[in-house]
Amino acid sequence: MAKEIDALMKVRDLPAGFTAEPGSTLAFKTGDWRSMRPKLDREKCIYCGFCYIYCPDGVYQDMGKDEKWYKPDFDYCKGCGVCAHECPKDCIEMVLEEV
Amino acid sequence: MTNAAKTPYEKVTAKTFPKGPDALAPGHRACQGCGEVLALRLLLKALGTDMIAVSATGCMEVCTAPFPQSSWRMPWIHVAFENAAAVASGVEAAVDILRRKGRGPDRRIPVVAVAGDGGTADIGIQALSGALERGHKDFIYVCLDNEAYMNTGIQRSSETPFGASTTTSPSGAKSKGQSTWKKDMPAIAAAHGIPYVATANPAFHLDLMSKIRRAAAIEGPAYIHVYASCPTGWRIKPELAVAIGKLAVNTRIFPLYEVLDGRYVLNRRVDKPVPVADYIKQQGRFRHLKDDDIAIIQARVDEEYERIVKLADVFPVEAQEAS
Amino acid sequence: MAGKPIGLEVSLAVAEAVRLCDADVVAAYPITPQTHIVEHLSELVADGKLDAAYIPVESEQSAMSSCIGSAAAGARTFTATSSQGLALMNEMLYIAPVLRTPVVMAIVNRALSAPINIWNDHSDIMSVRDAGWVAVFAENGQESLDLTVMAFRIAEDPRVSLPVSVNIDGFTLSHFIEPVVLPEPGEVAGYLPPFRPLVKLDIAKPVSIGLLGTPESYTEARKATDDVLLASKAVVSEAFADFRKHFGREYNLVETYLTEDAETILVTMGSISETAMTAVDEMRAEGVKVGVVRIRLWRPFPVEEFKAAIRPAKNLAVIDRHMVLGVPDGPVALEVKSLLYADPVRPAISNYVLGLGGRDVTRDDFKHITKRAQEPEAPGRPRFELVGVWE
Repeated sequence: MAKEIDALMKVRDLPAGFTAEPGSTLAFKTGDWRSMRPKLDREKCIYCGFCYIYCPDGVYQDMGKDEKWYKPDFDYCKGCGVCAHECPKDCIEMVLEEV
Repeated sequence: MTNAAKTPYEKVTAKTFPKGPDALAPGHRACQGCGEVLALRLLLKALGTDMIAVSATGCMEVCTAPFPQSSWRMPWIHVAFENAAAVASGVEAAVDILRRKGRGPDRRIPVVAVAGDGGTADIGIQALSGALERGHKDFIYVCLDNEAYMNTGIQRSSETPFGASTTTSPSGAKSKGQSTWKKDMPAIAAAHGIPYVATANPAFHLDLMSKIRRAAAIEGPAYIHVYASCPTGWRIKPELAVAIGKLAVNTRIFPLYEVLDGRYVLNRRVDKPVPVADYIKQQGRFRHLKDDDIAIIQARVDEEYERIVKLADVFPVEAQEAS
Repeated sequence: MAGKPIGLEVSLAVAEAVRLCDADVVAAYPITPQTHIVEHLSELVADGKLDAAYIPVESEQSAMSSCIGSAAAGARTFTATSSQGLALMNEMLYIAPVLRTPVVMAIVNRALSAPINIWNDHSDIMSVRDAGWVAVFAENGQESLDLTVMAFRIAEDPRVSLPVSVNIDGFTLSHFIEPVVLPEPGEVAGYLPPFRPLVKLDIAKPVSIGLLGTPESYTEARKATDDVLLASKAVVSEAFADFRKHFGREYNLVETYLTEDAETILVTMGSISETAMTAVDEMRAEGVKVGVVRIRLWRPFPVEEFKAAIRPAKNLAVIDRHMVLGVPDGPVALEVKSLLYADPVRPAISNYVLGLGGRDVTRDDFKHITKRAQEPEAPGRPRFELVGVWE
């Protein structure tokens, strides 16, 4: 199915029409672009969803009405900081990514 | 009320916000803090995957579909730069006739063409004009306006705002950057007599998402002009993607309105506008501008906003209803 | 099976072929001399005789773009153009084959500007010969109709799924009234199966079409398309053979006329071939051993069939309807020379460019060419002539 972008594909293995499967960029983890990462303070979180809504990369997942928070998927988070900037309760802090 | 205004559609509210997986998958290569991909993600989220998407060449196409991968979860096609409207016309006509001939799904399927400002206002304007004029029933055209040719390296387009320094409208000893005002694409689209035109901004996400749903519900061509911030091209901090969009509306630089069967509806009155300078001073592309230059821009912004207000004031009752 | 021939303008015969094939979408922009085809198609749609969406696009660029979109969405798709229109489509012509969108297009061949000229030659198709389309040339009205029907079958065959152009000489063929046998719709349905797209914009099974090809994949994508185009030759042969079974009319990739004992062979394409054959008859009466080889399938080039067809000849006179600026030979001659270069035994090849921008091509031209082609090869003797040029 989805392959890494740098994977070479033989002519005979190419899909007809040079197509791709839907949503297959999931195989490409953009998380390693990140130099800063969002750190969440779940105590202050009011489950407003702005981080989920405004993330350009759609990395936040709704953890549901019981847990009442949104969890970032660090496989894809590029560390842009929009979530931290838009959080009305300042419960997201951008901290240096530890390598 | 006009037919377009009467067409029922499901608004997106905080309560009904679609929470399923995004129709645009992560793993795309958009820059950190890209306001354009945010707009795209929210627009697609509002419609879901029961649609067909057509992309023009540009940032969104390149960053979402490098072989062998694609972020698009609905059927998607990209052919070239200037022709998204024409490709979408063909797709729309095909879907419609196949439905009529009993060889396709028996329901309306929105065909959404997505292009940048260059692909819309410059190289693609002919194909767009043709498509709007022909009246395709399930045709939605979305212009994601980041105000320059970002994919090729920040060259000016006819949507680049006055005073912005780009790589082909650089500021210098004899230049203040872009010397022309933004081409009024929503007005051009509206002049085709199509049932629905709107401006939208991802910082006002419910409004943006509701508008594409309305566009899909209305029978006939729709045009949505979407504000799309660009940290790379505008030289702003990546975390400002949403904040800068809010400022664009609250300074009256980017008014949010709809044109339903030719009638303007202002979606958001900005009675106490933030000074334009607050918007301009956050962006490296305007760094060279002096207070006098900003005053010129402020005057133009006020004038343009008043023009929209006057157009909307012609039908005040409807405006109340829609807002 | 075969009905009576009726007198029909060739353009209308092409439009009737599209009706018989029950095309779903036609997207076209008017340009002389293609107009009669699209006008008639509009009429057929307006009269309810063809249940299709007719998209009156605002340019040829949009015509081909819409056609690609339509074919990708699973609709049987047709367009027609000429000259400048084809040139304006150029960008999309190279994209359609890689995306495997089986559009059928009639190219009513007309000279390219400048100077602007509405009359016939092959400069339009030759300027896009490398785009990756299957391309066939018609000689007369019946062929124009039949090849249009066959074009849909070839294009939509899942082993091909490539766009196909049917080349019809502007005015000298397109606007002539010729005797044409119109098949019955049922007959065509028996020959042309329903369109089942290889690649499709399908809600039930989404796919992304038209991706970015990085240096890691671009070469392979081009090669994959070339492989399909080359392999399409067998499908074209099959479609021709099956057409004969259904309709009784024989088609070959390369046609020959009196070549068995020919010392000199005229290589032609399109409608001038009939004039060439008449000239050959007259020369034969005078004892000249001359014949005609007509290339019907231009892309993919039928290398083996062509070589077999010209085998007996000592002299090959390649006739071009397009002038390549900057080198002496026309496009057909350039290819023929390149194909035969490695062969241990090959004929003396000379090249004649004529009939540009609608200039008449007469029997005398072919007699002159035959004479020239028989002249022995000698250093300093040009093997190229721009026939009839005043200088």
